[in-house]
Amino acid sequence: MSFPWANHYQPTNPFMRWMDEKLPLPRLVYNAIGSGYPVPRNLNYWWNFGVLAGFCLVIQIVTGVILAMHYAPNALVAFDSTEHIMRDVNWGWMLRYAHANGASAFFVVVYTHIFRGFLFSSYKAPREMIWLLGVVIFLLMMATAFMGYVLPWGQMSFWGAKVITGLFGAIPLVGEPLQIWLLGGFAPDNAALNRFFSLHFLLPFVIAGVVILHIWALHIPGSSNPTGVEVKQESDTVPFHPYYTAKDGFGLAAFLVIYTAFVFFMPNALGHPDNYIPANPLSTPAHIVPEWYFWPFYAILRAFTFDFFFVPAKLLGVLAMFAAILVWFFLPWLDTSPVRSSRYRPLLRKFIWFGFVPCMAALFYLGGAPAEEPYVMFSQLAAAYYFAHFLIILPIVSMIEKTKPLPNSITEAVLAKHGETAAAE
Amino acid sequence: MVRLIGILVGIFFSGWLLVTLAVGFFTWASEPKVETAEHVFHEHPKELHLASDGPFGHFDLQQVQRGYKVYKEVCSACHSLRHVAFRDLEQLGYSEAQVKAEAAMWQVPGIDPVTGEATTRPGTPTDYFPKPFANDVAARAANNNAIPPDLSLMAKARHNGAAYVYSLLTGYQEQPEALLTEFPEAKTPDGLHYNPYFANLNLAMAKPLSDGQVDFDDGSPNDLDSMSQDVAAFLVWTAEPTLAKRHQTGWPVVLFLIILTVLSYLAYRNVWRNKEH
Repeated sequence: MSFPWANHYQPTNPFMRWMDEKLPLPRLVYNAIGSGYPVPRNLNYWWNFGVLAGFCLVIQIVTGVILAMHYAPNALVAFDSTEHIMRDVNWGWMLRYAHANGASAFFVVVYTHIFRGFLFSSYKAPREMIWLLGVVIFLLMMATAFMGYVLPWGQMSFWGAKVITGLFGAIPLVGEPLQIWLLGGFAPDNAALNRFFSLHFLLPFVIAGVVILHIWALHIPGSSNPTGVEVKQESDTVPFHPYYTAKDGFGLAAFLVIYTAFVFFMPNALGHPDNYIPANPLSTPAHIVPEWYFWPFYAILRAFTFDFFFVPAKLLGVLAMFAAILVWFFLPWLDTSPVRSSRYRPLLRKFIWFGFVPCMAALFYLGGAPAEEPYVMFSQLAAAYYFAHFLIILPIVSMIEKTKPLPNSITEAVLAKHGETAAAE
Repeated sequence: MVRLIGILVGIFFSGWLLVTLAVGFFTWASEPKVETAEHVFHEHPKELHLASDGPFGHFDLQQVQRGYKVYKEVCSACHSLRHVAFRDLEQLGYSEAQVKAEAAMWQVPGIDPVTGEATTRPGTPTDYFPKPFANDVAARAANNNAIPPDLSLMAKARHNGAAYVYSLLTGYQEQPEALLTEFPEAKTPDGLHYNPYFANLNLAMAKPLSDGQVDFDDGSPNDLDSMSQDVAAFLVWTAEPTLAKRHQTGWPVVLFLIILTVLSYLAYRNVWRNKEH
């Protein structure tokens, strides 16, 4: 689908004409990310992060495929083969640091991309399917990242795998057999390492498939925009190329500066030193923590310290941790406001910036902190707000909020903004 | 329906968390705080500055060579260096012949070519540093039931690893009086040694290094503090021999990308020059 004023693909080169008849792949690209895709003209920098996420996936797949050529998924030699990559493989250190920090970069970008969704209610109709597929991508990313972290077979790899698969052990009746089945043994060992490697190699391609569906679903209604007003006329849009290829190019270059600074100058800043100690089932680290990008959910998991009648605290924590992400699937129906962008929703905007953002900042910090007081109390408070925000505040605010008047069109909003600045000058 | 169930689920999770919080706060506020000796007396590593620090960091090869000498004469009696091969020593400025001679001074595990029995032979540059103990049981037996950890990655396997190594080597001391009066049960057990830079304050390794224990050919200072810094510098190298190359590679990459960012910003402004947005 596209708007009626979209540019049409008209190849002049005879080879391209021949290609277009036999396999119209260039036409597909032209209509997807070329001049044939009209995009709202008012997208701000929050809209750069989708392209950046796609680029991170490419970085991860390219570096990952090469790393897999040198890595050995066997519990006896996995740690040593990782060090072999760092020391003996040509540019191996760069590939491994690019991959490890690439995972962090991917999550930074994707968290920003998701937050953009909250801020501008991108999940609302007619874009529910894009949002649902996005949450699926995020879940797949979490699974992939978790299994990838196990592969170097250091102390945090081993104990992280033990703790996370232990979560399944909290499920009543089937929990323990399920955990043993998942690991292929009573504790993480060669069987677990091998299957995690296999799945860690497979899942990125599944992610790439869902990303294609995500972009396909995006092209049906077209991109959303900061006003939340739908495109109505040709003057509301610009062709993706060259306008947004130029803007995304700038965003990508700026992102790469920060990313490469981490890779070359502080490659271990986001990792845990314990993962440079080979896995040892007989020695438990003082604090077992996952990678930083899981900390909010780890904080929610550990916030439940009391049994609820017959439900053990551990099971509650596991349910809450999964619920914390699953709740995103329901956002399109929890938020009933007719207005999309939080620019015109003053009350929701306050709750996002003064409630949700501090709550997430706290959860990010507390998930990495030791499981002792007063950290646990703060994570209980933050987790309580987290669930209240999505399940109580958002539905109620969206019903009672008095929203600000919307501009009639994107063009009007853009011209009004520039009129104001012109008047101010 | 979705919203109704959602609100109920929200009230359940948030409500139970708040109940837990209230009970937790009450317990926390009413129960006396129990302090531990580790919590009060454990110290963070001392400050240490090495040539390898920061984005311009490189190896001070003289210092790393001195650190290697201390490792060879002192640490290697108990600690292995299993990720490092003799050939790697060429990176420290030794010639091929020197590395060959150096390797030959070490005995590595081998096989008798006639009988096929396990034996030892002089090392060659392709060999890795040999382990001081035949196996973990032997290592424990000789070291008060503690296995001396491999040192190859030590500088990366602890928070602020180089400073940690330096602090640990220079941190041996008598237990403070205050510790013994406050926590009499935390008295260092027989066979262990007090060191506030070690996580649980007592470790099996006795003070390994003392003033003047190793002599350097060029007459560099061989007091405990200098030698400990040398060992830390050596272990930064063993943990990541590619560190200097990483920094050297990083600068052109980052500078190139900064220029690319400026150019792509100008391109972006140029493309959008007639389009208000």
